[in-house]
Amino acid sequence: MAATVSPVKDREDILIEEQGFDDHFHDHHEGDKYQSNFIMKYVFSMDHKIIAKQFLITGMFWGLIGAGMSIIFRLQLGFPEESLTWLKPLLGQWIVVDDAGIGTLAPEFYYALVTMHGTILVFFVLTAGLSGTFSNLLIPLQIGARDMASPLLNMLSYWFFFLSGAVMFASLFLSTGPFAGGWTAYPPLSELPQASDGSGAGMTMWTVSLVLFVVSVLLGGINYVTTVLNLRTKGMTMWRLPLTIWAFFVTAIIGILSFPVLASAFFLVMCDRGLGTSFFLSEIFIGGQALDNVGGSPILYQHLFWFLGHPEVYIIILPAMGLVSEVLSVHARKPIFGYKAMVYSILAIAFLAFIVWAHHMFMSGVNPFIANFFVLFTLIIAVPSAVKVFNWITTVYRGNIRFNAASLFAVGFVSMFISGGLTGIFLGNSAIDIQLHDTYFVVAHFHIVMGVAAFFGMFAGIYNWFPKMYGRFMNETLGKIHFWGTFIGAYAIFWPMHYLGLAGVPRRYYSFETFDAFKHFDDMNKFITVAAIVVFALQVLFVVNFFYSIFKGKLVTTKNPWGASTLEWTTPINAGHGNWPGKIPSVHRWAYDYGKDGKEFVSQIEPLAAGEVSDGEGAHH
Amino acid sequence: MLAVTENSTNRSKIDSKKLALLIGCASIVMMFAGLTSAYIVRRAGGNWLEFRLPNIFFINTIVMLLSSVAIHSAYIAFKKGNEFLYKALLIVSFILGLAFVVLQYQGWLDLTAIGVELTGNPAGSFIYVISGIHAAHVLGGLAVIMVAMIQAFSLKYKVTKKRKLRFELTLIYWHFVDFLWVYLLIFFLSQQ
Repeated sequence: MAATVSPVKDREDILIEEQGFDDHFHDHHEGDKYQSNFIMKYVFSMDHKIIAKQFLITGMFWGLIGAGMSIIFRLQLGFPEESLTWLKPLLGQWIVVDDAGIGTLAPEFYYALVTMHGTILVFFVLTAGLSGTFSNLLIPLQIGARDMASPLLNMLSYWFFFLSGAVMFASLFLSTGPFAGGWTAYPPLSELPQASDGSGAGMTMWTVSLVLFVVSVLLGGINYVTTVLNLRTKGMTMWRLPLTIWAFFVTAIIGILSFPVLASAFFLVMCDRGLGTSFFLSEIFIGGQALDNVGGSPILYQHLFWFLGHPEVYIIILPAMGLVSEVLSVHARKPIFGYKAMVYSILAIAFLAFIVWAHHMFMSGVNPFIANFFVLFTLIIAVPSAVKVFNWITTVYRGNIRFNAASLFAVGFVSMFISGGLTGIFLGNSAIDIQLHDTYFVVAHFHIVMGVAAFFGMFAGIYNWFPKMYGRFMNETLGKIHFWGTFIGAYAIFWPMHYLGLAGVPRRYYSFETFDAFKHFDDMNKFITVAAIVVFALQVLFVVNFFYSIFKGKLVTTKNPWGASTLEWTTPINAGHGNWPGKIPSVHRWAYDYGKDGKEFVSQIEPLAAGEVSDGEGAHH
Repeated sequence: MLAVTENSTNRSKIDSKKLALLIGCASIVMMFAGLTSAYIVRRAGGNWLEFRLPNIFFINTIVMLLSSVAIHSAYIAFKKGNEFLYKALLIVSFILGLAFVVLQYQGWLDLTAIGVELTGNPAGSFIYVISGIHAAHVLGGLAVIMVAMIQAFSLKYKVTKKRKLRFELTLIYWHFVDFLWVYLLIFFLSQQ
């Protein structure tokens, strides 16, 4: 058993001993079985806390690669006349050097970078890195469980993710390059090896990688849902769950329902590529040759893809929303405003997520009459989203706010979510979409609302739970520099893109020099690139801070440094396998008793006083 | 083997492994829902080859249903302590499951024989691919029954809570792939 030295029993320990219950967990020495040696403890670990760290650090690795790629293509876009020859040692043949010695990015590789940037960020960083990390870390700790329902499936979930990443990483080194047809992998680009260099082996590895990724998401999701439903501790009713858990729970359900549909689309793509079927191909001439494939429909792929693709953006944003709700409430020292409304809006968003997918296809020839329904449902999403924004603002309103890196990023999340959400109202209208589709307006919208916002939620979570993960704090000064730089920088990158988009500048173009309508935006593109480089440097600073703090950060000296009421802060500072050294705590109240009856906070394990009712459960109103 | 955290605070009456399996089945349902809705959407697009399903598909359905009956009877025999019947019916269900896959292959050959080819009109491709992905799930089920057989014959017969649960998991999955096939057949027929 991991040593848990706590010479002095504090009030929480006594409460757990008196009120908690004994599941005889430590009698079996299961913890020892899982942690007997280095490989079992840190590599093929079945402990949810270690697996969370594995997801996080792998996600950070991919984050640096994915963001680094965007810097390379932004350099080409912002400074097309400058030589990129200095990148030749890294990119080799992808840098084309002309007679004058000026190196430029090969256009083919520009598309590959854009494609990989999207795939990596959406799936590896903001799905696995975000919900993989925090679902694993917080679900057992905050519901009062020893571990996930199935630690084995949990381990497999990480290793399938790792394998998926390994295949994708290997595809970067193919002589024909990785897949270059856009992260959405629309046929025919994704199906015909003749279509582009990346559509051959690159696409094969892309599909294999993503099928492995779907397996990872499903194994993880099945586990999260089962754990939340089955392993909550005594007294932890659904209405006493912290909003983080509600968010992870609903996210997992969305994933379980939508990722299999993506898998079915990929199977059909594989059949078209490998077996010669024509699900998505029809009447194509390529290189002067007519293909045999007749009768397929590329639009069908788009339906299947976006049936996942749209819920996927909520798979990314809901965990961030959960983390932000928790961080804002803790650091504003106030109960979350409208707990039940928060839960119902998560559920409403999850439901609507499944009936809006065709708004990604307004310009794909969807019947305008049917498009009307998708416009309507899309705009209705603004309602639960606005409820959440209202509640976050009212939570911090007149709060006794601690301005630290965690709470700043949470506030920054709300700002980004509002800015990006408002442009969603433009794009959700199929008529306005005629002008705005496939322009930088779309790029600005989704980067702010689900890219930057989700990252802000993730950063809020990392700064807030770092003490629980490593028993140390991250450096606060570096954290604040990280926040302010990223906050201003992210707006500097994406705000101008709205103007580009309204002017009609199309996304994914390698160069605008030959377009009279767009080439005068070169200064703006330079500005965006410079801002992107600065923001990237700040993320490197964050990674340095992260690893430095693991070893040299300020030590955590009390179990509950933030004065939070949730269960994870009742575990020892460096909790071993099984989380609680003795009994598991039982729960008596909701998760948001801050500033109640003259006390700064009341832990969930504190029994109700005579005549006291647990807030948030609503029955007494 | 699935290591599952024991937690006597277990909220619902359903075992965690069972719940996880059912959620897994739900995700498989979504995959087939995706495939069959793709079928409907593509069919509505016209240029659709009409043909009759091979008769083997119907025989197959009976084989699959019988296999489900066999494994369920094996489960009842296992609980009641009838060791011989339990082992015999387990083998029967495995053989019937295997027969399903073999007959399915014969069905595909029959389809090809009437000119409906894998690489032709998507109307045919869908049948091959959807029933093929289903057959892959049946093979997964056969692997599980194989493990159940190995245990039935290598371990001393004893009705324990753990073995009962393990049998129930096998049972649920096998009934599930059976149900899935019935759904697919009714779906294909309704679309003809």
